[in-house]
Amino acid sequence: MTNITEKKEKARKAKEKVTHEKLLGIVEALYGQFKDEQIPYYMIPTRTKLNLAYNDEAEVWVYGDRESARSCKTVRGAYSLLKTSYTIDFLKKQLNENRSSTLRELYYISEGWKLAKFREQPESDRLIEDLEIITELQREDFHVRPEENGATIFGPLRLKENIERRGQFSERIIHCVDDVGEGGYQIPYNVDNIEFLEHDAKLIIAIETGGMRDRLIENGFDTDHDAIIVHLKGQPARSTRRLLKRMNEEIKLPVVVFTDGDPWSYRIFASVAYGSIKSAHMSEYMATPAAQFIGVRPSDIVNYDLPTDKLSDQDIKALQSELTDPRFGADFWKNEITLQLDIKKKSEQQAFASRGLDYVTDVYLPERLTEMGVI
Amino acid sequence: MVENIAEKLAQKQREISVAEFFEKNRHILGFDSSTRSLITSVKEAVDNALDACEESGILPDILVQIDKIDSNSYRLIVEDNGPGIVKEQIPRVFGKLLYGSRFHTLKQSRGQQGIGISAVVLYSQLTSGKPTAIYSRTGKTKDAHYYELVINTKTNEPEILIERIVDWDRPHGTRIEVEMDGAYVRARKQSIYGYIKSTAIVNPHARITLSEPNGGVEVFERATEVMPVEPCEIMPHPEGIELGTLIKMLRYTERRRLTSFLTNEFARIGQKTAKEICTKAGIDPDVNPNDLSREQARRLRDAFKMVKIIAPPTDCLSPISVELIRKGLEKEYDVDFIATTTRDASVHSGNPFVVETGIAYGGTLPKEDKIDILRFANRVPLLYQQGDCACTHAVERINWRNYDLNQAGGSGIPQGPAVVLVHVASTNVPFTSESKEAIADIPEIVDEIEFAVRDVARSLKNYLVKQKLLAKRKEKEEIIEKVLPKLAEKVAEVTGRERPDIQPIVAKIMGNVLVQKKIEQANGGYNVVIRVKNYSETQKDFNLHDYSQLEVENANPKPKIAGSNGTFDNVWKVSVRPNGEKKFNYFVKITEMHFTDPVVEGILAEMVTGAQALQKKRTNE
Repeated sequence: MTNITEKKEKARKAKEKVTHEKLLGIVEALYGQFKDEQIPYYMIPTRTKLNLAYNDEAEVWVYGDRESARSCKTVRGAYSLLKTSYTIDFLKKQLNENRSSTLRELYYISEGWKLAKFREQPESDRLIEDLEIITELQREDFHVRPEENGATIFGPLRLKENIERRGQFSERIIHCVDDVGEGGYQIPYNVDNIEFLEHDAKLIIAIETGGMRDRLIENGFDTDHDAIIVHLKGQPARSTRRLLKRMNEEIKLPVVVFTDGDPWSYRIFASVAYGSIKSAHMSEYMATPAAQFIGVRPSDIVNYDLPTDKLSDQDIKALQSELTDPRFGADFWKNEITLQLDIKKKSEQQAFASRGLDYVTDVYLPERLTEMGVI
Repeated sequence: MVENIAEKLAQKQREISVAEFFEKNRHILGFDSSTRSLITSVKEAVDNALDACEESGILPDILVQIDKIDSNSYRLIVEDNGPGIVKEQIPRVFGKLLYGSRFHTLKQSRGQQGIGISAVVLYSQLTSGKPTAIYSRTGKTKDAHYYELVINTKTNEPEILIERIVDWDRPHGTRIEVEMDGAYVRARKQSIYGYIKSTAIVNPHARITLSEPNGGVEVFERATEVMPVEPCEIMPHPEGIELGTLIKMLRYTERRRLTSFLTNEFARIGQKTAKEICTKAGIDPDVNPNDLSREQARRLRDAFKMVKIIAPPTDCLSPISVELIRKGLEKEYDVDFIATTTRDASVHSGNPFVVETGIAYGGTLPKEDKIDILRFANRVPLLYQQGDCACTHAVERINWRNYDLNQAGGSGIPQGPAVVLVHVASTNVPFTSESKEAIADIPEIVDEIEFAVRDVARSLKNYLVKQKLLAKRKEKEEIIEKVLPKLAEKVAEVTGRERPDIQPIVAKIMGNVLVQKKIEQANGGYNVVIRVKNYSETQKDFNLHDYSQLEVENANPKPKIAGSNGTFDNVWKVSVRPNGEKKFNYFVKITEMHFTDPVVEGILAEMVTGAQALQKKRTNE
């Protein structure tokens, strides 16, 4: 055990050194600019859908070449630089002391920074993402972690989780049906501490809502179809997306995504399969290009005659925005989105209950999975 | 139009009753809805009160009181401190349609045809069945007279029900009390409140007290004690006179010779011009004007256009004035900026007119809504038919984006926290209809309004540009004073180095000239380097002063040495192009250096970073 601990300790130290240098490099550059009589600035890729580029190799969407400068020429830029330097100062100290903090804690810590204080948590979250992009590291390397979001796995899979607490390393082996309750195995924030040992599954089904996940488990969908059921819990956390990608690549299981039939849900699928706009710098690490969309498709709304709600103004705007989003460039999405704008309706995945509680597991999903060639 | 309807009325007065006439024409008289009827009644009474006060040089003090009687009927009381009405006239002023003193004069006044107040009396008796009560007193030593009267709708004559002398606390003035059907609204511009507020803006010499049905009392206090200049009567001007009017004038004149008619009944025609007109028209100057044929009248009118006639006198008009429009807007709106203008008088169809405008911006005005246009004709607010009015059309055809206001689609009424006021004063304001709510699109008038609105819009734009520059300057100051020092401190702390000098960055952000003085100890003395870098966009020429305790050595370039009152004032003439850099070196053999900042002369202090600026000799920038 001590041997493992030492080895891991050493690897961690090496990584920390790199992190330290890269973060400091940003501040060094600012210092150099002061000395060279340049108005301090740094460049960062533009983080909008207009700057998404397809990476052929990884088959995911990443940031393109557009960059924007953050500089002391504007008040906003000046404050942004000040906040960056304070944050790096904090991260540096945290790394030196081998401590870690959550994104939320970082936001509260900035309370004492006066002028450099963050106005709201999304601002500090975003700055950490910016630092990831500039340093090409991940926030875990800065010892910053997200809040647990409680996404779960349930299904015939045995895995090993490596745990580090207070400098001590240990392992735990868990079967995602036998060793867990009905709630399933909770996905940890650092998915790379997991090893997959063995499985009995033929497919992975990722589900947006808790209600539908529970329906599948109650109806025994996992045993009937040898499925691993992953609950996305809305827009999936990075750890959930990373886990899906690893399962897809390492144990070679097909991934299908089942969401509501509205524009927001299509974005959930897009972030799983193609990468999200907000963290396109992580797409190669987190997106599962092989993931397929089951539904609810707008054509399902028509074909299965599902109960519907009217599209709201925001829904319509979101759909129109998706028509110009490069991630939805495929004909499939163009046709489905145009159809939805046409019928002006949306349906939730639980709308299948109108045909009886078993309809979704006995009819819809098997039909769709056969159609898609998954079973 | 005015003449036409008057003639028509005169002919028909015996054939149809006035009640019938009223019923048929209530929409054009402003009594088409119950809300509007009440507003129109207030308007007629207040217009009369203001006119009466001004004609006799009294600062108006007017009470408007509206009491609710039941769900759709109200009692309206309007009381003024005017000159009062002589006893004999009272019944006719209130009890006879088309009776008034201003019917045929050419003079800027609020009311013009005398339909006004008697129409209120008629509307009141038709809807409430009750008579109108009038108090009037012409002076302290005179009796106050009280009347209750109705209009005999068959004969258009007043019918007096009560007539007596009463005690009245006013030394002089008039009070009218009427009951009528109506509806009282407050929340919009087209309301009694809106009318009074608008009236208060353009009549800053008046105090108006409004007592509303809900018991609320609001005093619109006067902003000036100065009476507006009393407009005078003038003769019609020949330019643009209509043929019909000319024929009528020719027919009814008592002058016996055409030249005499021309010189006496028109403005701006003298003997010489009169003869010239007759020659051009080919008519004998001595002919009796009553005998002119229609054809001759037409030639006469054509001849008016062929000779040069001076524009009509404009001293007959009484504009509000730029100061008083400003005061009026100031007291009724809480805003950041006001601009006002009064144009020179112009002429339309022989009638002189003056356009005045004002714009109020910012403060508590709503930011997203379309702007309000306050329209006035001879100081009377126009509340209805905004879309048909020349004032609106002039505002709409301006590209407001040029003046930094939003304008959806680049035309129409702009949006933003602004109010535009337009006042047209004329001896004859041309309205689109008899209800006198919209000024007609006479090209001369629309153009003048447009010019006047552009005038104030330009002032607004200048103000906004200045505000923007100020905001930008403030923003830069925030960067250099608050953020930059903190950033320099933090990057020094994180990198573990010495704090960098922020002056060069400050100069660069501000676009200033940087003056940097560096001192190094060497050879038993000090080397001094003064570096001047021009981060501005223009060439800068100025004098650079640096003081030393002893005479400098090895200076490059050599300074001129001015007055040595214990210290040496080393002066260099500096000329640097944008982005150019100059260095000034010297050595002083001294053991202890007394450090002073360099001083510059001939350049504005706010254009320099790192040096004091002497303000005496300023070059023209």
